[in-house]
Amino acid sequence: MIEFRSVTKQFPDGTVAVAGVDIVIPPRKTTVFVGSSGSGKTTLLRMINRMVDPTSGQVLIDGTDVATREPVALRRSIGYVMQNSGLLPHRKVIDNVATVPMLRGQKRRDAHAHALELLDTVGLDRSLADKYPSQLSGGQQQRVGVARGLAVDPNILLMDEPFGAVDPIVRAELQQELLRLQGDLGKTVVFVTHDIDEAFLLGDQVVIMQQGGQISQAASPAEILANPADDFVANFVGADRGKRALHVTELGGRRLVVDADGRPAGVLAS
Amino acid sequence: MNLFIDGIAWILDPANWSGTGSIPQRLWEHIWISAVVLLLASAIALPTGALVGHTGKGREFSVMVSGGLRALPTLGVLTLFGLWLGIGLGAPIIALVILAIPPLLAGAYAGFESVDRRTIDAARAMGMRELQLVGRVEVPLGLPIIVGGIRSATLQIIATATLAAYIADDGLGRFIFAGLKTRNYDEMLGGSILVILLALIVDGIFAITQRLVVPAGVRATRTRELRSRPARPRAVVGQPITEGNRE
Repeated sequence: MIEFRSVTKQFPDGTVAVAGVDIVIPPRKTTVFVGSSGSGKTTLLRMINRMVDPTSGQVLIDGTDVATREPVALRRSIGYVMQNSGLLPHRKVIDNVATVPMLRGQKRRDAHAHALELLDTVGLDRSLADKYPSQLSGGQQQRVGVARGLAVDPNILLMDEPFGAVDPIVRAELQQELLRLQGDLGKTVVFVTHDIDEAFLLGDQVVIMQQGGQISQAASPAEILANPADDFVANFVGADRGKRALHVTELGGRRLVVDADGRPAGVLAS
Repeated sequence: MNLFIDGIAWILDPANWSGTGSIPQRLWEHIWISAVVLLLASAIALPTGALVGHTGKGREFSVMVSGGLRALPTLGVLTLFGLWLGIGLGAPIIALVILAIPPLLAGAYAGFESVDRRTIDAARAMGMRELQLVGRVEVPLGLPIIVGGIRSATLQIIATATLAAYIADDGLGRFIFAGLKTRNYDEMLGGSILVILLALIVDGIFAITQRLVVPAGVRATRTRELRSRPARPRAVVGQPITEGNRE
């Protein structure tokens, strides 16, 4: 369990990235922070592995304040996946995946054997192990990034807009892959995105952030749609328009579900 | 042209290849002085450049310092230190170190700065310590540029080490100064040709080294980019991507 207690982050230039955030991130579930840029979602994520330290307030992992933990050891115990994969360009795929286990002192041979298994886990062919990141497609690089994040079998996996830079088809594929992985592994996943559809697809808990680093609402996707906390949330999730504003019409005895533009979304099963 | 041939004839004259002040002796002195200067200057400039490049702090200061050092005329510095330290290698070594620091420093911090900030950020988030970041990420990726700095510094040292003879009885510069004084232009030109040859050979070695230190994965990117790149760099339309860069 990760807990933020009245966490505030003000950068030296005066910008308030996060303002008094309280939130509990339940274990073995996916929590998605969603908001536009400047809403502090990435800053919140990076406070978990002390890439950013809060100006005030506490971040606790299983009851321990992360401020009391040595940053390097803490980071090595948490998986981190970022946009553009962040792979080391001068190292082969297998060495990239084995980076953190080897930093933790694991033998090269063991780390490599485990890295090959991880390539299987994320659905990559083992023949890619000896390639360099630049020889891979964007989607493949992102999978390597996920494999690297999982390499030390961390309880917590931080994902910072990991699918932001790949094309929509590959993104959909990677999202399904993450859902499958999460079903198998049951990590505490903290995911940051600006895409509300991605948030609703992946999140058990969705945290909607607004400008200035405040939480507008934190709840399950269903509850957010049913009871948006305020106009901002309703507007942000688009509950009153487009493909989310569905209603039922009858056609030839069947009940059809159509969206706000009248486009059919499906048939109501009885 | 005759003079040039005379210079080469002077180099090939067996009489100049043995005894005190022979070509091998002067060549060896020249290489030795250059190596000592390069080591001293590197010991000062490379760690400083690494620190500036790694932390991003003190960049303006080091640009200022290296620009200032570059503006100093080496002959003037040499005379100044010569008057102070007297005859010997002390003054030329100091003057040459001052000459070599700017390219080494610029190469080092430019090499570190050339590494993508996102790669460094990711490596830090993986749990690399600062020294591991330097040793395993920044140095390997920045090495071609760092070696480029060493290359240009070395060339300048070898060319300018001729001035050591101005104040000490050492190096290939002896031939140039002695030839000038005695109007023995064969000797003078012969000495110059030797310096040029030495510089070209060392530069060739560095050119090869510079290619060898390009990391394999980066080489793979470069060839691919080469094919997809427009023949001429295009102006950026709209806002260039700056995300992830250091402010």
